[in-house]
Formats: sequence, C-alpha cells, structure tokens
Amino acid sequence: MTDQETSIGKQVPRQKLNLLELFSRFREVGIIVFIAILVVAVSLRAPSFLTINNLTDILMNISIMIIVAMAQTMVILTGGIDLSVSSVIGLVAMMVGFTLSANSGIPDIAAVLLGIALGAVLGTFNGLIITVGKVPPIIATLGTLSIYRGLVFFYSQGTWINAFELPQSVKLLSKGKPLGVPNLIIIALLIAALTFIFLKFTRVGRNIYAVGSNADAAEFAGIRPQRIKLLVYVLSGLISGLAGVLWLSRFESAQTNSALGFELQTVTAAVVGGVSTSGGVGTIPGVLLGALLLGIIQNSLTLIQISPFWQLAAQGLLIIIAVVSDKLISKRIVRSK
Amino acid sequence: MSEIILELRNISKSFSGVEVLHNVDFSLKTGEIHALLGENGAGKSTLVKIITGFHQPSSGEIYFDEERVSFNDTRDSRDVGIAAIYQELSLFPDLDVAENIFIGRQPLNNTKMVDWRKLYAEAKKLLDSLGVKIDLKQKARNLSIAEQQMVEIARAFSINARVLIMDEPTSSLTLNEVEDLFRLVRNIRKNGTAVIFISHRLEELFEIADRVTVLRDGSYVDTKPIAETNREDLIRMMVGRSISEQFPKIEVPPSDVVLSVENLSNGTTFGDVSFELRRGEILGFAGLVGAGRTDVANTIFGIRGATSGTIKLDGQTVSITSPRQAMALGLAYVPEDRLQHGLIPQMNITKNITLPRLDRFSQVGWIQIRSENKEAFEVACQMEVRATSIQQKTRELSGGNQQKVVLGKWLSTNPRILILDEPTRGIDVGTKAAVHMLMTKLAAEGMAIILISSELPEILGMSDRIIVMREGYITAEFSREAATQEKILTAATEDVRTRIQQ
Amino acid sequence: MKSQANPQNTSAATISERATRRSLTDVFKNWELLLVVLIIIVVLVNTRLSPYFLNAKNISRTSSDFMEIGLMMLPMVFIVVTGNIDLSVASNMGMSASFMGLLHNMGVNIWLAALAGLALGTLGGVLNGYLIAKVKLPSLVVTLGTYAFFRGIAYGFLGDQAARNYPAKFTYLGQGRVGGSLIPVSVAIFIGLAIIFGIILHATKFGRHLYAIGNNEEAAKYSGVPIDKIKFSLFVISGFMAAFAGLVLAARFGSTRPDNGTGLELAVITATVLGGVDIDGGKGSMYGAVLSLLLIGLLRFGMGLVNIQSQVQSTIIGLLLIVSIFLPHIGQRIAANKATRFRWKTVLAVVGIIALFVLFFVFFFWSRAPVLAEI
Ligand SMILES: Nc1ncnc2c1ncn2[C@@H]1O[C@H](COP(=O)(O)OP(=O)(O)OP(=O)(O)O)[C@@H](O)[C@H]1O
Ligand SMILES: [Mg+2]
Repeated sequence: MTDQETSIGKQVPRQKLNLLELFSRFREVGIIVFIAILVVAVSLRAPSFLTINNLTDILMNISIMIIVAMAQTMVILTGGIDLSVSSVIGLVAMMVGFTLSANSGIPDIAAVLLGIALGAVLGTFNGLIITVGKVPPIIATLGTLSIYRGLVFFYSQGTWINAFELPQSVKLLSKGKPLGVPNLIIIALLIAALTFIFLKFTRVGRNIYAVGSNADAAEFAGIRPQRIKLLVYVLSGLISGLAGVLWLSRFESAQTNSALGFELQTVTAAVVGGVSTSGGVGTIPGVLLGALLLGIIQNSLTLIQISPFWQLAAQGLLIIIAVVSDKLISKRIVRSK
Repeated sequence: MSEIILELRNISKSFSGVEVLHNVDFSLKTGEIHALLGENGAGKSTLVKIITGFHQPSSGEIYFDEERVSFNDTRDSRDVGIAAIYQELSLFPDLDVAENIFIGRQPLNNTKMVDWRKLYAEAKKLLDSLGVKIDLKQKARNLSIAEQQMVEIARAFSINARVLIMDEPTSSLTLNEVEDLFRLVRNIRKNGTAVIFISHRLEELFEIADRVTVLRDGSYVDTKPIAETNREDLIRMMVGRSISEQFPKIEVPPSDVVLSVENLSNGTTFGDVSFELRRGEILGFAGLVGAGRTDVANTIFGIRGATSGTIKLDGQTVSITSPRQAMALGLAYVPEDRLQHGLIPQMNITKNITLPRLDRFSQVGWIQIRSENKEAFEVACQMEVRATSIQQKTRELSGGNQQKVVLGKWLSTNPRILILDEPTRGIDVGTKAAVHMLMTKLAAEGMAIILISSELPEILGMSDRIIVMREGYITAEFSREAATQEKILTAATEDVRTRIQQ
Repeated sequence: MKSQANPQNTSAATISERATRRSLTDVFKNWELLLVVLIIIVVLVNTRLSPYFLNAKNISRTSSDFMEIGLMMLPMVFIVVTGNIDLSVASNMGMSASFMGLLHNMGVNIWLAALAGLALGTLGGVLNGYLIAKVKLPSLVVTLGTYAFFRGIAYGFLGDQAARNYPAKFTYLGQGRVGGSLIPVSVAIFIGLAIIFGIILHATKFGRHLYAIGNNEEAAKYSGVPIDKIKFSLFVISGFMAAFAGLVLAARFGSTRPDNGTGLELAVITATVLGGVDIDGGKGSMYGAVLSLLLIGLLRFGMGLVNIQSQVQSTIIGLLLIVSIFLPHIGQRIAANKATRFRWKTVLAVVGIIALFVLFFVFFFWSRAPVLAEI
C-alpha cells in the first residue's frame, strides 16, 4: 500500500456510511410510505377516493399550495421564512380583481403579468428590509403580513370582487382543460419542475443551498449572501403574485380575508416535505410529497365522514403522525442496516 | 529577481475602537512561500482577511500587481486571483464534499446547467492528487476536522490562484497529510503562485517557507529569509524573550488503574479497543487522521453510544450516556472542534469558562456574578488568554485564544480523568509550553490524562505510554522509553490485515 | 485548578477583568433603551390626541386585555432564547378553555373544571415537549402540527356552541380588581410571574443554560447542559401558561368559544421579538419583552381611542416592528461612520427601487381612484 492511499481511509465504516447516505439521499421514503398507508386505509373506507374525479379534485385543491410552497421552499432553504405570502396573494387578487372589473377588455396575459409584477414589488420590499435593513426574516415578514393585509382593507374599503365581475376567460385560466387536465394543475407542476431545475442545476440555485447552509462560508467563497437572499424574497413575491391571480381565477372572488392563514399551510407543506427550517436542506420532490400529503389528509377526512367539528383535530394529528413516523422510519432504516 | 505581486503598506485595523493591527507592512513575491508568524492574537488572521477583502483596513494601502486596489468583499479578491483557506473552517455542512470544493464555480455544460458528472469526476481527480480518500458524496457535516481541512485545501488548489493564503491549514493534520500538502505547495509555486502560510509548528516553516514575516501585538517586527534565522531567533522575534521548549516531564510512580476500557466498539468507526489508564499517567493516542481516536474519546465521554464493550471506572462497570453523567463521574473532555463543540461563541469568556460548573457559583440556582468573574479571571490569566477583557465575546477572539478558553474551561473543572483532543491546536509556542507544564503538574497531582494529538513530538514528549490506532483498531502500544517517531509511524500506517497474517 | 501565576501580574499584558467602555454604536444596540424611548413618544402623542388616554380607569380596563398575550409571552421568551418556537400556544389556550367550558356546561364544579383545563393544557405541553426533546423533531414542525391539533380539539369539544354563565367568583380572575385598588387581578398576577420568570432567566443557572442552548446547542451538550430535560420542561411550562391564559380569557369574557384566541400566537411572538429576543436564539431579555408588551398595549389602546380600525392597528404595529429594527441599524451605520464610496451603480439601484415603489402606489391609487377619492 502506498503512502497516498493510506492518508484518509475509513475501511471499517465504509459500508455502513454508504447505506446511511443512500437513505439520506432518498429521505422522502418515509413520507411516501406514510402516504401509501393513508391511501390504502382511506380507499378501504371510501371507495370513491381512488376515482379520477376525486384525485383531480385533490390536485386542484393543492395546486396553489404547491406553487407557493415552491417559493416558500427557496426562502426557507436560505434559512429565512416568508410569512407574508398569504397577504401578497390577498392583495394581488384584490388589485387585479378590481382592475379587471373596472376595465373590460384587458387580455388575460396582461392580468397575469400585472399580478406577477405587483407581487414582485411586494417581494422586493420584503427582501430589502431583510438584506439592507438587517431585519430578521420572521419579523420582517410577520410585519409585512399585517401591512399588506392592511393595504387590502384600505384598498377594498369593505367591498369585494364577485364572480360576475370577472371575465369568463380569467376564470378559465385555472379551470380550462385544453390538455384534458385543468390548467391549474399543469401550471403547478410546471412551476415545480422549473424550481427543481433551478435549484438543482444552476449555480445560483446551488448558492441558495450554500447560503442557507453557512452564510459566513458563502461569503468566504465569494458568494454574495445578501444578493441571494434578496433574490429569494423577490422570487417569493413574484410567485405569490402569480398565485394571487390564480386564486382570483379559481375561487372567482377576491375578499378581504382571501388566503388568510395560507402562509402556515405553505410552511407546513415545506417542512413536512423535509425542508429544514435552519436552511440548506430540502428537495422539491419532498415538498411536492408534503403538499400531496396535506391534500390527501384534507380530502379524505371529508370522504370518510369525520364530523366537521373534529376534522381540524384529525388533520393536525395526522400531520404530527406523519412527521413522527418519517423520523422513526429514517432512524430505523439507518440502525437496522 | 522575482517581482512583487502583493504589497501592503501601513495597514491598520480597529474593531469597535480597539486597534489590533498597527501600520503593518508586508510584501509577497511571485513564486515564493512566505510564512506569517506571531503569537495568538498577534493579528495574522486579521491581516489575511484584509488581503482577501473580508475585512476592510481602517487605514493603509494594498497594491496588487503594483496597482492600488481595495477589495469590498472576497469576491473582488477572488476575481484578481487570490484564494484563501481561513483558520475557522468554512465548509457547507449540508453540501457534499465534491460540491463544497466547487461551490460557486461548478462546471457547466453547454446549456449553462451544472454538469454534475463532470463535477464529481474533477473532484475525484483533485482529491486523488492530494492523496485523500473521502467519499465525494459524504455531507461535510460528517467529516472530522482534519478531513474538513483536506477538503478546504482541495478547494483552494482547485482555483488556479496567483496568491494562495493558508491560515493554519495543518493544525490538525499528521505528518503524512502535511507531506502531501507540501508536495502540492511546492508544485504550484513552480507556476509562479505565491503562497502565504501560517502555522504555529515552527518546524514546518523551516521545511517549506522561503521567507518569514513576524508580527507581535499587531505590529510588524521583521521579514527575513528563512535560511538566515533559526528557531530561537524566531521565538525571540515573536515573543520578545526566549522560551524553554523542553517538554517538562515529571516521573510519576505507577499507581492504581482508574479507567479501563475493554473491547469497546461502536460498530462503525472503531472496534475492539481496550486499554487501561492509571492515576497520574499521561496516555498518548497517536494515529493518522481518521484512525478513530476522537470517536473513542466521544464514546467514553457519553456523546455517542457504543455497540459493545465495557468501560470501568475504579474497577466498576459504568454506562455513560451523556456528557453530564460523565462529568459527574469525574471526567472532562476538551473536544477537537473548538467552534462546534467547545465554545458558546456569543457568550463572553467568563460565561464560557464557568459553564460546566455553574453549580459551584450558584446558591439554589442563583449565580454569584462576582465570584464567577473572579474565578474566570484567574483561569484566563493562567491560560494567558489575550483579549480586551473577560467580558469579551469568545467569537471575537483569535483562534489560539479561543482554544485557550476551551482548555481553561475544562482544566478548571478539576476532573479525575481528563481527555484532551488536540489540546494545543493553534496555540503558539509560548503558551504551548505553559500548557505542557500544566499538564505535567496536574498528572503529578494524580490526574489521569488521555492525550490525543496529531503532533508526534508532543505525544512523544508528554506521554508515559503511547497507544497507536489505525483505521479504528489499536495496532501498537509503546512505553515512553521504547517509543520512537519511526515505530509510531509504522504502526499508524501499516496495513492491519498484513500484520495479522504475519 | 489553583492558579500558580499571580493573576495581577500577567493581567496587565493580556487581559483585563473589567469590560471596556461602550462605544456610541453600542448605545444603538441597546434595545431596551429604544423601547423606553418609543413608549415615551407613544404616551406623549396619545395624550395630545385624546384626553381619555391618561385616565387611570381606562388604562386599568385595557391593561387586562393584554394579559393573555403577556402570560403566554413569558415562557415564549424562554423558548425563543433557546432558538425554538411554540406556535401552538393560542390553540392550546383555546383547547384548555373549551375543555373547561365543556365540563362547566356538563355541570362540573367550576374550580374542578378549571383544574382540568390546566391539566389538559399542560398535557398539550407534554406532547410538544416529548416530540421535540425525545423524538427530536424541530419545534417549528411539531408546533405547526399541534397548532392545528389543539385548535381542532377545541372545536371538537364545543362545536358551534359556547360555554357561558361562569360564576362571579371565577370571572373575578379576569374582571376583578385587587382589593379596592384599580389594579386588575390578572395584571397583578402577570407582574408577579414576570418578575419570577425574569429572575429565572437572568440570574440563575437554568437561565444561563437557556442562553447556552440557544447559542450553540452542541457545545452546551458537551459542557453537560441537560438539553433534553430543559427543552421538555420549557414546553410543559408553555402549555401550562397557555392553559392559564385560557382561563383568564374565559373569566374576562365570561364565556368560552372554541375559536377564542385564534391568531394570538402571532401577537405573542410579535411581542417577544419586538422585545429584542433574537428569533435565532441566544439573545434577549425579559424586561425587553415586557417593555414591548407595554408598548404594543399603549399603542393599541391609543389607536382604539381615536377609532382606528383593528385591522389598520395591526398594520401600524407591523410597520413599527420593522421600523424599530430598521432604524437602529441605520443609526448604527451612521454612528460607525462607515465610509461608503459613491458609486453610480448604487445610485441607479436606489433610484430604480424607489421608482418601482412609486409605480406600485400610483397603480394602487389609480386602479381605485373613484372609491379612494371619496376619502
Ligand atoms: N471581529 C472581531 N472583533 C473584535 N476583535 C477582534 C475581531 N477579530 C479579531 N479580533 C481581535 O484581533 C486580534 C488579532 O486576532 P487574529 O485573529 O488576527 O490573531 P491571530 O494572529 O490570527 O491569532 P491566532 O494565532 O490565535 O490565530 C485579537 O486580539 C482578536 O481578539
Ligand atoms: Mg489566527
């Protein structure tokens, strides 16, 4: 054996570590197992669960959550959090809604672009107070959560947008089925795919992980952490803006309390999907599974006719069981090998 | 004559009103290896961070290629070809080894997407050339300090830098790895790369450096060709007085066994480890990086569990499941990784020193601030900690001074069994001698000490008995008299299986 | 270890026992001072705006409105100092109060029912604590789950019903005054508890351990800090206090509905972080948190007096939250006198961003011109 080879060699642990790692690379296994069990259990009780209609329903219901969870994931990966997404959705839906109802003949694409632009401005505001003002993300976005919601109140002056005030084409934006599946689902999957590619295959995407993993080291390595952070909040606002337009289209209304509390759902989807709130860890497939799990839970509770008063409790309990079993399964697999 | 690539003139730097560098001059020629030397807190790392643009000088000028420059951040310095390994290791714990090497510079394919296959191939090539075997897909979080240092070195070498700065890259490497590193350093200097090298191991400087610049208390002392100096000379320039570097060793008569470890295994990184430790004894643990010494220490201290084997204290089997329990049994452990495991960086020196034994300063849980401060002050003085006050946050201390705080914190718990894992890592020669003195004294008073160190002279000079580990197994044991550098190296590198077959 | 060297001798060269004088930049970092200044400003402005502001009776009446937040904030400060968070407090409060209400509706003695509510809330804390300290799940994940779970149980208990007709001896807890004075009982309890929590945090071993965990959990563990035990106990305390806050709320309202306190967790966290407690752990003080609660209370009270809608109140508090961190930071920068060089790029960026926001608001008002013009 030459000198070179002996330098750092852990022969004893090699095999074990590889298996451990193999699992950590597919850490979504735990959640997949849980979803599978849930699906089997529910379809035994309620055969209507596994019908195309119901599955489309589930996907339809979680599409906007998936879209915003993508934004949330990028933010959490840098070690931050964006609690203002729900207010951005509410504000953008309201502003776009009023614009559409007051000015007929605006093309759909313009409405979408308007929503994206408005969202991006709101996201930029978040990003600036976090990067330039050095306000911790949770405080900054907790603040803008109520500021943006306050703007909704001020803007609407107590009124709201109804279905009949919206052009039909805007409603079809999410519900139309030119490809056989509702557009909204396709848009959600498209955005998930784009986010996946962005995070996995671009330098900027990798820098997002680096900044969340160790911001000081990122600076040592010539990455500019503040710019990366600014970027994710702008992206988050932008995507939430798009989600605002889609919200308007899907629910055919904009109200002062539209999307209220939605921010916690997106955070839940991300963390249940394995994104670490301290940053640097998490994958898009995991988040998709997290969102899917939430959707299935919500859907199945109605299907198996749990009393509406107990549904929220059951939902919370299932989320807890999901994360606990995920944790235990990953521990078990690591140990048993 | 080679030209000057980098020059600093009259550099000063203050941190919140305290000046730590005073009018320092420094110049670097292409193709030279320039050592930077000084006591802990002399300002070496600060100077390095000014060169890379991580800090901005309070006053003074920097010239690169004879042009005045000012770097706003490390990106600017990287753009002109300056690469650095910082003293506080800066890897991304959640990214794998290969990506850590290439972060921000990942190879791209023709669609501007990260080419992962190429990235892994190049990372492998690089680590092979360094003679390092680390799983490329391992997360950096799981690496030992020495492995992390190797990855940092790989990263620095993967940049075709014109100036390469290495701030204590060798502080936890053993001879073999250091040799590999030096081979590479000599290689790149042939291409004209200039190297700034910082180390407290003076013998390394004599082996690799061309010139040496000495700093003392933030001031420039002198720059000399290494050939025109010697050890004593350097120490005098650094400290301002001469220091006896003899390893002080008081012979302690063999006494009763306090700790005995039998067939200890953790199923992954070490196996079948057995040894005994006596009162008043210093037991050295030698071995290469990754030999499993730290894991054995961790297991004894209750941080990680064992899968089989027994630990006996005073002949009684104990099962230690937490550091808290270990401490109650009279153990103390100075961990290898001071930033992760040793310090609470946001807390001041006092609170760090007293953390493991707050009970001693509290009545019904109420902390007596005055006696706490007094005690911490004494410890800090004894360890020769250099800081503005004991109220200074440990985060702001120089690397060596942080190490002194960690050492002081554990020494002052007055344990029966003390485990030292690289206790003098990054500590300057003067204080090192004091630490060695203290160790001997404590042993003479009856403390049993386990000394894990990557520095063979330290192991040889301080230990009564030496155990050598390789790849998780004990391969040899020597008495103080019988041990030599060669014997230890052989036992540390020889293949276990061939030994068994013989 | 007894020191052999004479400390006084070596000290001159390497280290001093006393802290160095604080510089100007540090003054800006003194959060508590800033809060006091803000409070004074709010009081001055409010006294000018409304003659009713400095009325002792009014103040006494409103002060009890914030005690539920305050009671939940005390353990929250502990939890946030360790770098964790408890999002389930308000739900736990709803669950405990609903349980008490349910038992009361079933005819159980009110004190027994209250005790049962406290026990259930503490049990909720035990669940959180177990999952976080023993199963080692992140606190945010766990309490996001129990946030829904506890609130759901509250609905399960009471459905769309409410519990009412609590006896006067119980509502005294939320509506009564201490002796003949103007001080509400709940406020007196809060002050007492705040002092105890403050002493624990700042003067005891337990408190020191909290900071150590929040700064570097690994190192704290290596130093023998009983991490798991401490974390567990924190969430149990939090559960108990949430349940207690639930009782106070029920006593104040004289009734319980399952949605009581919905969204209060954000108010609790806002008070905590506005008090200077670092959400990443390791930093913050109890007096800062109490001061921030006082500030928020005075602000809301003042705004209520001049008839500002509750939604807009939240907006203003949100703004305050951001500005109060933003401004000192800018102040620090100016005080530190950082020589920032003039660069065209920076100027362009600033102009561009300002234009962006201006455009946004131009559109904001234009698109609603007919309606907003009226006001
Ligand atoms: N961020 C900071 N804030 C305040 N003081 C600092 C800061 N960084 C360094 N210092 C002080 O500057 C002085 C020089 O530190 P530096 O890290 O450069 O020393 P060093 O020569 O690298 O020492 P060592 O050999 O221990 O690594 C020390 O006294 C240290 O306390
Ligand atoms: Mg240094």
